[in-house]
Amino acid sequence: MEIKTKSKLEKIFKSGAMAVTSECGPPRSSDPAHIIAKGHIIKNHVDAINITDNQTAVTRLCSLAACIHLKLEGLEPVLQMVVRDRNRIALQADILGAASFGINNILCLSGDHQSFGDHPKAQNVFDLDSMQLIQTVRHMCDEGKFLSGEEIKVPPNFFVGAAANPFADPFKIRVPRLAKKIAAGAQFIQTQCVYNLEKFELWMKGVVERGLHEQVFIMPGITPMRSVGMAKYMARAVPGMDVPEELIKRLSGVPKDKQAEEGITIAVESIQRLKECKGVSGFHVMAIEWEDKVPEIVERSGLYPRPVVD
Amino acid sequence: MIVGQQKPFDEIWEMVKGHKQVTVFGCNTCVAVCHQGGNKEAEILASLLRMRATQEGIDIDIKNGGIERQCEHPFFESAKDLLEESEAVLSMACGIGVQFVAEKYMSTAVYPALNTTFLGDVKTDWHFTEKCQACGDCILGITGGVCPVSRCCKRLFNGPCGGSSKGKCELSKELDCAWQLVIDRLEALGKLDDYEKIAPIKDWSKDRAGGPRSFKLEGF
Repeated sequence: MEIKTKSKLEKIFKSGAMAVTSECGPPRSSDPAHIIAKGHIIKNHVDAINITDNQTAVTRLCSLAACIHLKLEGLEPVLQMVVRDRNRIALQADILGAASFGINNILCLSGDHQSFGDHPKAQNVFDLDSMQLIQTVRHMCDEGKFLSGEEIKVPPNFFVGAAANPFADPFKIRVPRLAKKIAAGAQFIQTQCVYNLEKFELWMKGVVERGLHEQVFIMPGITPMRSVGMAKYMARAVPGMDVPEELIKRLSGVPKDKQAEEGITIAVESIQRLKECKGVSGFHVMAIEWEDKVPEIVERSGLYPRPVVD
Repeated sequence: MIVGQQKPFDEIWEMVKGHKQVTVFGCNTCVAVCHQGGNKEAEILASLLRMRATQEGIDIDIKNGGIERQCEHPFFESAKDLLEESEAVLSMACGIGVQFVAEKYMSTAVYPALNTTFLGDVKTDWHFTEKCQACGDCILGITGGVCPVSRCCKRLFNGPCGGSSKGKCELSKELDCAWQLVIDRLEALGKLDDYEKIAPIKDWSKDRAGGPRSFKLEGF
């Protein structure tokens, strides 16, 4: 397969290997030490590291600056970009800024609604939606033009990703929605955390039937549960999250001090099972504020050592 | 129609209490339908303000009146004397009416009794819901007659987002997911395949982003 960008993630996918990504949330501080340290904890076990963009609509050190910090450390960041906070002028400006620092990967998202965050009285922007942001990045890269039609002297060149949630409703448009994101220009997909494996496999079946897995690299999201409390919270309070009752029962069945370990084991078992699922090209391991467990999950899942690419 | 809701009574009282005379002025069209700003509501609010003034020992002459619409000149004829003699007007209209009164009576203090909340429909006599944001470039023809600009919390043109659950929005179980409604309509119309057409990037210059809007009829 032809390599189109300088993205390490693209090279890994196109080498035929399963790719592994993880994510780090920037601090609510002007001190970057914390996110740099997180990056170093996982750097040998993942191919690229997503940097979240004011996730859950809580104000943090910006995604672009955090990506630059990791890039300067020699790591491979994935710039998450939400359309909630910036209009097309600011989005395009940040895309150029990221490219100027040699950031090669971008993940286009709509962003959590601000009412869930720390500034519920904020205005939201949504000048573009996530689908249109994918189109915008591809337009800038492939056509070398701004949305205005004016030429970009030195265009950016990103490996462009998008999110998918197979568990949100209505289920019947979840495969068509993926097709739409691919048509918009998405080259890789990171999904919502997968706990309901049967439902994920059903979605993937629909994806494979349409041949979409041959047009995009799909990475199921894997987030280990730290406790039965976390599992119950995610089942009850996180929109678009599908946590089966059996998983909650399994975690309830082990003593409190062993639940985290059980959560890791469930994550490893999920990866091992989904590795066999046709159309899966890698895993996005999101250990929320638990980055030090990523190496263990990757190793136990048989995804270590990571392949080396030029 | 335009939907408004009366401001908290204390906020209204704080605005008007420093005047010697105040006219509570109803607008008997849109905001009367939602029982917030009609001539009847003006009468009730004026009574409440008189009671408050008495309780606090403040001497204010509080009158009330109203017209059919505070956004058109001809309707003001019947209230000409009342308004000309007023020191302050507490308008029960939407923001349009409040500004119209202010523009007509340059030296009269004008206060809003309502918060203008949205452009909406009358689901039942007591339930009003937002349906339009006057974005200036209607796309209802491609979304099955459901407006994502006013009804999707993220204003998505290519929804639904990952928070759509059992037909409801992630913001509230009371709130329908606009994109679930779009999809239901497309399906009912036998046009579900249209879902995969990517809606183009919006021209927001026709929205308030392009500055205050107006239009004139040619040769009228």
